[in-house]
Amino acid sequence: MITKQLSIFLENKFGRLTEVTELLAKEGINLSALCIAENADFGILRSIVSDPDRAYKVLKENHFAVNITDVVGINCPNVPGALAKVLNYLSEAGVFIEYMYSFANNDSANVIIRPSDLETCIKVLTEKKVELLAASDLYRL
Amino acid sequence: MIWNESIECMDREGLRKIQSIRLKKMVEYVYHNTPFYRKKMQELGLTPDDINGIEDITKLPFTTKTDLRDNYPFGLCAVPMSQIVRIHGSSGTTGKPTVVGYTRKDLSLWTECLSRCFTAYGADNRDIFQIAYGYGLFTGGLGAHYGAENIGASVIPMSSGNTSKQIQLMHDFGTTVLCCTPSYALFIADAIKDSGIPREDFKLKAGVFGAEPWTENMRKEIEEKLAIKAYDIYGLSEISGPGVGFECEHQNGTHLNEDHFFPEIVDPHTLQPVEPGQQGELVFTHLTKEGMPLLRYRTKDLTALHYEKCECGRTLVRMERILGRSDDMLIIRGVNVFPTQIESVILELPEFEPHYLLTVDRVNNTDTMELKVEVRPEFYSDEINKMLALKKKISSRLQSVLGLGVEVKLVEPRSIERSVGKAKRVIDNRKM
Repeated sequence: MITKQLSIFLENKFGRLTEVTELLAKEGINLSALCIAENADFGILRSIVSDPDRAYKVLKENHFAVNITDVVGINCPNVPGALAKVLNYLSEAGVFIEYMYSFANNDSANVIIRPSDLETCIKVLTEKKVELLAASDLYRL
Repeated sequence: MIWNESIECMDREGLRKIQSIRLKKMVEYVYHNTPFYRKKMQELGLTPDDINGIEDITKLPFTTKTDLRDNYPFGLCAVPMSQIVRIHGSSGTTGKPTVVGYTRKDLSLWTECLSRCFTAYGADNRDIFQIAYGYGLFTGGLGAHYGAENIGASVIPMSSGNTSKQIQLMHDFGTTVLCCTPSYALFIADAIKDSGIPREDFKLKAGVFGAEPWTENMRKEIEEKLAIKAYDIYGLSEISGPGVGFECEHQNGTHLNEDHFFPEIVDPHTLQPVEPGQQGELVFTHLTKEGMPLLRYRTKDLTALHYEKCECGRTLVRMERILGRSDDMLIIRGVNVFPTQIESVILELPEFEPHYLLTVDRVNNTDTMELKVEVRPEFYSDEINKMLALKKKISSRLQSVLGLGVEVKLVEPRSIERSVGKAKRVIDNRKM
């Protein structure tokens, strides 16, 4: 249920993102999900990949500032109010969301959540019968 | 105009006599009152009897900024604290500023020197001085303040900053002389333009600029933009503060008040005196100071001295514009910054790699510093907030150590060049 996400610190300069993706491509590592948070000087690339441990090693060897962060993946129906319901469960339990990203495809949406408290988050979502995505499924997407 | 004609225009031989008498007295004084110098002289096998005239100065030991730091805070004072009436410190040095103690007599001699400067700039008791140097530990504000009062001028003790107020009072009070750093003068010039108040509504006629190196081009720019005459004032807190030297109306070098501060130029490597007119490092010996007299203090400023009589009538030696430094000190917005200070901040913070690149520039007439640092691998976070907190941590630490804002840029691992030898840590893009 816990999914490993790669977090890579990147300076805001041309071609940096390309280098990361090319490096992973060369290793045959696939990207399932990706989002970038940015400010004036730098960005943080967050990504779910097919083989997080190997990707971490490869990036590290190439001197990227890479970390592995634990996140939770859920699947929720692609209808109005579905996400609100999930978020409501979490805020009631006092779980803060550091960041999240998501994309809907047909009837449902996959949502990656980086909660302040991973354990409570999983516990609450399990109790409330929210569909949690297995890490292995996410890596294979 | 000349404030103290008998000294400022004295024939060189007479001046040399005075310097000789004063040096002999001074050496005797420090030998008996400053244990640091007694020890240094004893190590060299010197006694005060070996110094019989100014030509013997080369026998004396040098003093460096490190000596001042090692004897922090009052170890080099030659008088008990009961006789010290003012304490100043050099701007922004790691943890410990270089401290200078003044007796009542030191303050009055300093004021005398500044009176010479202001008079040379054509100012007198009809003038209104706006002192926009920082007041405080820094010698600029209070130094200029007392000098301007001494010539009978009206003094507005503005201190630096708050530009709109500066302009308002400059306009309303009819300021005729502005004292500040040359870069701040340009900043004020632009702000006056933006204010929309026509230049003819101001009475400004002259500016007294110092505390940072500036060029002839900057002078031209200031003179054009502010429509004033811009004069250089030279000084350093270790010697007294502003007023060690000044320009006259001919602006053909900076006259040094050498009856109080004896200047030498030495080769920065061999420490041997160079021929008159040759470039080297400027060294000062106090001839009259009581509180904290220094022998052969190495300023690290590179320049040359010219002894020919000036067209203004003064015989006081003239110093060329400061050409640079024989060490790595930077002067940023009038504040002394050593790369080692930045290094020490980085080293004390475990989150950062001990590598950095400092880029100094001048944007809109204000000095800027950009510091690139790498975060240690274990401190990279997936959260922007945490990364920004790291950035904040180092910038506020730098702010408190340097007394200046530094724009910090977090960069990727290994993006700062590693080097085995002396790494290039500082890039100064300012056009000097």
